[in-house]
Amino acid sequence: MPALLAWFVVAMVVVGLFSTAFKPDIGILEAPQLALCLVLLAILGVRYELGFMRNWIGDLALGVVAALAASLLISAAGRHEGDAALGFWALTAATWAAFWLFVERLAIWKSRSLLTTRIVNLAIPAIFGITLLILWELIVTGAGVPKVLLPAPSEIWLRMTTSVPTLWADFQQTFLKAVLVGFALGCGAGFLIAILVDRVPFLRRGLLPIGNLVSALPIIGVAPIMVMWFGFDWPSKAAVVIIMTFFPMLVNTVSGLAASDAMQRDLMRTYASNYWQTLFKLRLPMAMPFIFNALKINSTLALIGAIVAEFFGTPIVGMGFRISTEVGRMNVDMVWAEIAVAALAGSLFYGLVALLERAVTFWHPSIRG
Amino acid sequence: MSDTALTAPRSTNPFAGLMSGTLGPVLVVVLAIFAIWYVAAVALNTPFQQDMYERANQTDVPMSQLVRDTLAQERPVLPAPHQVIVEIWNTTVEKKITSKRSLIYHSGITLSSTLLGFLIGTLLGILLAVGIVHSRVLEKSLMPWVISSQTIPILAIAPMIIVVLNAVGVSGLLPKAMISTYLSFFPVTVGMVKGLRSPEVIHMDLMHTYSATRLQAFWKLRLPYAVPYLFTSMKIGMAASLVGAIVGELPTGAVAGLGARLLAGSYYGQTIQIWSALLMAAFLAGSLVALIGALEKLTLKRMGMAR
Amino acid sequence: MLTAAEIEDGLEDAMSSQANRVIDIDNLSLTFETNDGPVHALSDIDLKIEEGDFVSFIGPSGCGKTTLLRVIADLEQPTAGSITVNGVSPEQARINRAYGYVFQAAALYPWRTIAKNVALPLEIMGLSREEQQQRIQKNMELVNLAGFENKYPWQLSGGMQQRASIARALAVEPDLLLMDEPFGALDEIVRDHLNEQLLQLWAKTNKTVVFVTHSIPEAVFLSTKIVVLCPRPGRIYDVIESDLPRDRNLDIRETPEFLKIAHRVREGLKAGHSYED
Ligand SMILES: Nc1ncnc2c1ncn2[C@@H]1O[C@H](COP(=O)(O)OP(=O)(O)O)[C@@H](O)[C@H]1O
Ligand SMILES: [Mg+2]
Repeated sequence: MPALLAWFVVAMVVVGLFSTAFKPDIGILEAPQLALCLVLLAILGVRYELGFMRNWIGDLALGVVAALAASLLISAAGRHEGDAALGFWALTAATWAAFWLFVERLAIWKSRSLLTTRIVNLAIPAIFGITLLILWELIVTGAGVPKVLLPAPSEIWLRMTTSVPTLWADFQQTFLKAVLVGFALGCGAGFLIAILVDRVPFLRRGLLPIGNLVSALPIIGVAPIMVMWFGFDWPSKAAVVIIMTFFPMLVNTVSGLAASDAMQRDLMRTYASNYWQTLFKLRLPMAMPFIFNALKINSTLALIGAIVAEFFGTPIVGMGFRISTEVGRMNVDMVWAEIAVAALAGSLFYGLVALLERAVTFWHPSIRG
Repeated sequence: MSDTALTAPRSTNPFAGLMSGTLGPVLVVVLAIFAIWYVAAVALNTPFQQDMYERANQTDVPMSQLVRDTLAQERPVLPAPHQVIVEIWNTTVEKKITSKRSLIYHSGITLSSTLLGFLIGTLLGILLAVGIVHSRVLEKSLMPWVISSQTIPILAIAPMIIVVLNAVGVSGLLPKAMISTYLSFFPVTVGMVKGLRSPEVIHMDLMHTYSATRLQAFWKLRLPYAVPYLFTSMKIGMAASLVGAIVGELPTGAVAGLGARLLAGSYYGQTIQIWSALLMAAFLAGSLVALIGALEKLTLKRMGMAR
Repeated sequence: MLTAAEIEDGLEDAMSSQANRVIDIDNLSLTFETNDGPVHALSDIDLKIEEGDFVSFIGPSGCGKTTLLRVIADLEQPTAGSITVNGVSPEQARINRAYGYVFQAAALYPWRTIAKNVALPLEIMGLSREEQQQRIQKNMELVNLAGFENKYPWQLSGGMQQRASIARALAVEPDLLLMDEPFGALDEIVRDHLNEQLLQLWAKTNKTVVFVTHSIPEAVFLSTKIVVLCPRPGRIYDVIESDLPRDRNLDIRETPEFLKIAHRVREGLKAGHSYED
């Protein structure tokens, strides 16, 4: 596989160098730096097959040159927007393959220290994401895709940096108010009710099947009702989030509380431990993996709930509101800016919960392993 | 009692048998929900009703009259269950399926994009899982993105995808189905990766001693092991797919589908219509998940895995 | 109506049990109601255990050893007959924290360090921090685990985990120790070593130990009294009082007295089995 990729890079570079890169008749050799860069890339790519620099320095050099080639390609594409021809696409493919090769090499790196392993494990998906962004940029500018269809990442970035106040206001309205409040109340209520339900076997048998069913329902549909009941401002969105996050928490906590095995419960019994002691010392710690599972599910549900609820009526601020109005005005770059903020916030939120999970359930085989 | 043993008390109460299963408690809880619903409907609709009485200069209306009136408003804050059921009856059985006001027509539209999206999503999910299980590079580079893809509120992009695809001439089922696909591939990928990895080391070693190829190990070991996981994640994927289809219908200007019914209902304050669409969506989700559950039972039985 | 003589008799019985009878089982039976019909796990068990005894239950698997131990620990309720522990009902004894129980598996909590695991029963009993600290240290040393206080269970070998669980049972400082095949999963060498340590501990503290095993040498080496059980229904086949000296070491296993007792146990096990088939 790596050998195939390496020769693919070489072939693409050769094709790229000797055919037109941009219409009407511009070859890549007219940008000497870029040409040089790509030749270097090809050489670095096949060095394993040719048998030199078979070490991590070579790997790193490959990565650096690929990044350089990508940035030069991007600026070249910017100068000839929409004029890309065969040569350009070949070079784009070569760059993509080079990045792939780089990741392929990184993945088989054997490192001595834990820190480098961590960094590499973070770097691989990061490089993968960056590669996607680069490809997106190259294809959109190279082919001249109309802005209303799909703006280039650079345009989205530009839009983000120029409309910080709007984005911040929307973020505040949707995330800081509706999402966080709803998430906290929904998860908290789900947790407390779960403990109550667990205490009363009748409720557990009666509510759990219903809770399971409700978890599978499109709860988001209650959004219009909540908007009618609680008005246009954020409380109605928080209410939607509460309902959406409540059931996953309920169901997960109840099954988590039942997760301790018979021997562990017998052990507590031989100590004549009372209900609360058993709850805090055995059953809650045992339930933590389940509870965090619910928290992670809920962290994505909450954002979705709040944004979608805004489609049913909002004051003139909020991420969902902005998205639906800017789509109407064909300001697609603003929509993407809003999406980028949402994705970033969502990922950070999720990451935070996952980090907390690592700290709390460090003992669980799935984490310590 | 100081200990936590959850021993069921042995009683001679004839209802004890009924209540110790799940059916009895579930029925009681459902009845309780209906009771609360009625009480809440009366309570929430009373202010408006009293307004009406005042305007009509009616004084000291008897309590029974008030209750009856609050449960029969045209646009109640909270419609009573029977109002919703009557509405569902009227818009399903009483209307022709082709009618724009038939709930079956709208459900059908939502259902078709749900199923299409689910199908593509499941296939995509399985494909990704197979790739991830067999390639270290794919695992390391792709898996984190599969997870973080779900932190992107795709439903937020839904309107744009639909509007943009409409602009380039792709309309109808596919755009909505794409949103369903995006939501349903994730649980399938994660579940299948788990499932394909679930054979124990000892079994993989056994395959190794037979010098089985990767393909053979896949068909004879990994895939059978993954089947229960697949069904579990397909249930989640189906539910997610329906959510995607409904939300996908919001921005198209309330033309057709259950999502459109929700939106139209909220524009015109038709609460009964909203609730009936909501119940219909719940019914749809329940039956789809139950269908997969039945399929699961059948398949596992065939494979001799049924418990 | 009871006669005066009978009452006197009963009184005497009660007196003597107060003096040194730790466990008194009379005519005890236990039947599990399962979906495939009743399982007679224990039938007509009569057993007296005195203070300072080291009693082993031995028998083929499924003969009710664990069940009998669980009845003593109030983890299982008998369906007929009576049982007292320290002269009171098993439930009262459990609430008095009269015994320490060692399960077949270590059952340590993975989110607690070894020291914290040993501290678990002490926290539940509400002991002061200093008292807890002192008992942890003492018992960790007793089972040779000093220095592993801050490790987590999954970082330790199986033998060490089992030793930690013994330390946890000892930390309660019970006069009665109930152990269900505590060394069953360990290798021969570790097992020998722990057997010796257990014996030393018992000799030092004058505890009463009830020990479940399916190894004949282990039972003979440790016990002052060996109870041979046989299955279907679970019942006592033989009770062997050992005349080996209380003070013994592993070499005793080569002596004729030891082999004689071992032979009798083996005969009992065989007879109990063939009786069935
Ligand atoms: N909770 C239970 N329910 C039903 N049957 C049980 C239960 N516990 C034990 N048994 C049955 O009781 C018998 C004795 O079991 P046990 O005491 O565990 O045997 P041993 O410890 O000697 O191997 C076995 O036949 C077992 O199947
Ligand atoms: Mg046993």
